Amino acid sequence: MATFSFELVSPERVLFSGDATSVVVPGAEGDMTVLANHAPVMTALRAGIVTVDNGKRLFVRGGFADVTPAGLTLLAEQAVAVEDIDAEKVSAQLRDAQEDLRDARTDEARARAQETIDALQAMLAAVRH
Amino acid sequence: MPSLKDLRNRIASVKATQKITKAMQMVAAAKLRRAQAAAEAARPYASKMETVLANLASGISGSAAPALLAGNGRDQVHLLIVCTAERGLCGAFNSSIVRLARDRINALLAAGKTVKILCVGKKGFEQLRRNYGKHIIDTVDFRTVKQIGYSDAEGVARRVISMFEAGEYDVATLFYSRFRSVIQQIPTAQSLVPAEIPAAGEASGSKAAYEYEPEEEAILGALLPRNIAVQIFRALLENAASEQGARMSAMDNATRNAGEMIKKQTQKYNRTRQAQITKELIEIISGAEAL
Repeated sequence: MATFSFELVSPERVLFSGDATSVVVPGAEGDMTVLANHAPVMTALRAGIVTVDNGKRLFVRGGFADVTPAGLTLLAEQAVAVEDIDAEKVSAQLRDAQEDLRDARTDEARARAQETIDALQAMLAAVRH
Repeated sequence: MPSLKDLRNRIASVKATQKITKAMQMVAAAKLRRAQAAAEAARPYASKMETVLANLASGISGSAAPALLAGNGRDQVHLLIVCTAERGLCGAFNSSIVRLARDRINALLAAGKTVKILCVGKKGFEQLRRNYGKHIIDTVDFRTVKQIGYSDAEGVARRVISMFEAGEYDVATLFYSRFRSVIQQIPTAQSLVPAEIPAAGEASGSKAAYEYEPEEEAILGALLPRNIAVQIFRALLENAASEQGARMSAMDNATRNAGEMIKKQTQKYNRTRQAQITKELIEIISGAEAL
């Protein structure tokens, strides 16, 4: 099968760089699977799981997917391999975030807390699957 | 003429100082390696971000461009974000950044502009406070942060953006030191708002067929704040590497100077000792001859 080059970069490091035959990307407007020779697309990401063809699963949060004829580039603000996620730690963070939401006074703070909660819940869901 | 005991004490104290500077140099070397690795790891993201942004920006016409990209058309109030280290003893690292910022501040003030300063790092704040205390709006303190993470930069970025949205400044400039090598760090001023976008390269040819999801403007709107965070993050990482590099060479110099000083003092000590022995001998001999 035809392959294309796939890169997943977060501000702190490069998580994946190599060839892939298919990558499932959690786009802001729905998941999409990128295969070789995909039409050029630029999409925002939501918090979710990126699945690479060899079964490697990575959690990404916030960022962009850029499909060019040269390949796929994912710019993720936060990215971590699913097997590296510590479910207990995430649960603790989730509890903190829910507390933050209760304490939030301004709309902005509330929105931010809600966003964090959504991301953490998506992370937890990813671990449990 | 210092006594033998004075000389001995002085040599001992210089030796102790040399030990400290030597240790600091070694610590800086280890930290530099880590900081350099972090700066290098961040580079792909920043450069990809730049490419994507350049592609997007070239597709958007002048008037439709968001304010963060093109600026708000005025340049009356300037925000200067001065990134320095939290610690001293790193040669001219902090002062050279501050000097660059100070030149810019003076030029802006002379032109009748309003200047606001946001200090990142304690040392820059201390140096700028003397002359420009009333311009400084706040200091960001990373003293407790061991390794700068993206979230730290994001915090600064969020502030910068919310200030822009509140109309508190028109133009933002970031001051930091670019890491070239251990002996060379270049103080740099970079424009944050309006964003510095490199001209789109040959990639723009394929742009016509691009699909955007959601629309171009929405993506650009989300991308620009992120770009500011990335730029600040990169500046902080470069700064961290520069700081360690500067400290390493400064401490290397200090160690060498201490070595020279020890050599000179030891020579002086030996000469004084010799002179004293000779003097005592002469005293004994002439005493014996007089009998």
